[in-house]
Amino acid sequence: MKNTFKWILYSIIILFIILHNDFWFWKSSQIILGLPIGLFYHILFCIGTSLLMFIIVKYAWTEK
Amino acid sequence: MILAIIFIYLVLVLSLGVISHKFFRNTGEDYFVASRNINWFMLLMSLFGTNMTAFSILGASGEAYHRGIGVFALMASSSAIIIPCVFLFIGTRLWKIGKQFGYITQVQFFRDRWESNGLGLLLFTVLVLLLIPYLLIGVVGGGRTLSTITENTIPQWLGGLLICAVVLCYVTYSGMRGTAWVNTFQTLVFMTLGALTFIVIMKGMGGLSNTLKAVDSNLLMQEGNIKPLELLTYTCIPLSVGMFPHIFSHCLTAKDIGTFRYPIILYPICIAIVWIPSVLLGILGNIDFGGLKGPAANDVLILMIRQYAPGILSGFLAAGVFAAIMSSLDSQSLSLGSMFTHDIVRPYLRTKGQEQMSEYQQVWLGRLFVIFIISITYIISLIATPSIFKLAIWSFTGFSGLFPIVVAALFWKRSTKSGVYTAIIVVILLWLYFFLSFWKTPGYTIGGTGIMPVAAIIVVSSLTLVFVSLITKPPSSETVNKFITMGKVDYP
Repeated sequence: MKNTFKWILYSIIILFIILHNDFWFWKSSQIILGLPIGLFYHILFCIGTSLLMFIIVKYAWTEK
Repeated sequence: MILAIIFIYLVLVLSLGVISHKFFRNTGEDYFVASRNINWFMLLMSLFGTNMTAFSILGASGEAYHRGIGVFALMASSSAIIIPCVFLFIGTRLWKIGKQFGYITQVQFFRDRWESNGLGLLLFTVLVLLLIPYLLIGVVGGGRTLSTITENTIPQWLGGLLICAVVLCYVTYSGMRGTAWVNTFQTLVFMTLGALTFIVIMKGMGGLSNTLKAVDSNLLMQEGNIKPLELLTYTCIPLSVGMFPHIFSHCLTAKDIGTFRYPIILYPICIAIVWIPSVLLGILGNIDFGGLKGPAANDVLILMIRQYAPGILSGFLAAGVFAAIMSSLDSQSLSLGSMFTHDIVRPYLRTKGQEQMSEYQQVWLGRLFVIFIISITYIISLIATPSIFKLAIWSFTGFSGLFPIVVAALFWKRSTKSGVYTAIIVVILLWLYFFLSFWKTPGYTIGGTGIMPVAAIIVVSSLTLVFVSLITKPPSSETVNKFITMGKVDYP
């Protein structure tokens, strides 16, 4: 169970690397909360990555 | 006044280095890896501060000046996912092996892993040569900052010289502990002052929303500035962290394996804190300082500081830029000394005539080597005026090309010294080919497709390593067990 969960988390890392390529905002210069949408997305991406690392460290790190 | 603040700051940095020396335990392990006793906060600040250099402050704003918001995606958010993963899967394992077998440098590990002294020598040479352009970023950035902020009262050559002298003083005197202390202090300084710079300049320009309206909207999107394949393959650049000698040294300083947890979690947030202001200010620099060509855009942040943050504040902000530069230069210098002492002096030069060279003499030879390399870098900085961003990318490309080697060392039992030799030679040849052919072509990508040379180098070096390893003799099972089975960790 623990191993399966670990691999799910690693798959999410791959998903994040794919999501890093934000082709969907490629041509938009729209401003969201005072920032260009492309930049806003990548700031959220950094926060999301930090959360993902928190989950990995908390649940996939077995060394005491 | 600006100069006074910068000098006070430099004295403060030197004093911190001197104070940390009081905790020196008078052993080689303490000098080079701070007795492997650094806590999570200092590890985070050291790892992060070491990675953030003139590249992420001056280079990022200069590049964003030309290419807009896409620069954040290219380097910042890609590093936010890749670098913590490198620490998680590679850094922690290197720490464990380093502690278990008492390693101080990468070359020691690779030499034993593949039972080859020649491989160690080749890697030493390649790593030192790749570090020179990385050092150059700091020396050029420091000199440029001081000359621009003082309106050439202090010329670039003197600024570069000053920064080299200060770093050499505290690194040679206080070793890794001093470097980690100073790095922690400097990282806090440049993160705080970076945020302050942004707030002050934004206030002076009339607020972010208003100023963004005055910018060419093409800079607020990726279309036209970046190709999709360029963004995809840029993700390979941060892999260079896995092969940086100075990052290897910092990883070894951790108190225990759990020390890596918070640095892994918080690294992406630290990246965002530093890169958001750098990229936005670079873009907004087009409003007041339009028309800067090529490397001249590296000065845009300093020009904005001078315009919108008068007097004392200007001095503080320049000190912040200095902090970012020195926090990298120091670790790189220390790792150079460490590598020369452990990878050249100890195995090859320790015996002079009939007498054994003392540990003190060995460390001093390492220090002289650092002075020699820094002097060469300084001389290059006087005759070359490269783009900081471009220079960094080429240095990172070389280190990333070597990344498959550390992966093979840690995870692949069947990898052989011949495979690694060939992979390194392939990296050298491809790097030289791409560098020499395309240095003068701005925005070069393979065949104009957007694919970065680094991706091609990694693919070819990995394939070479695998192919040659499979047809050559692997190391003894004793060695393989020592490094892969015994070095195995229970996480993650």
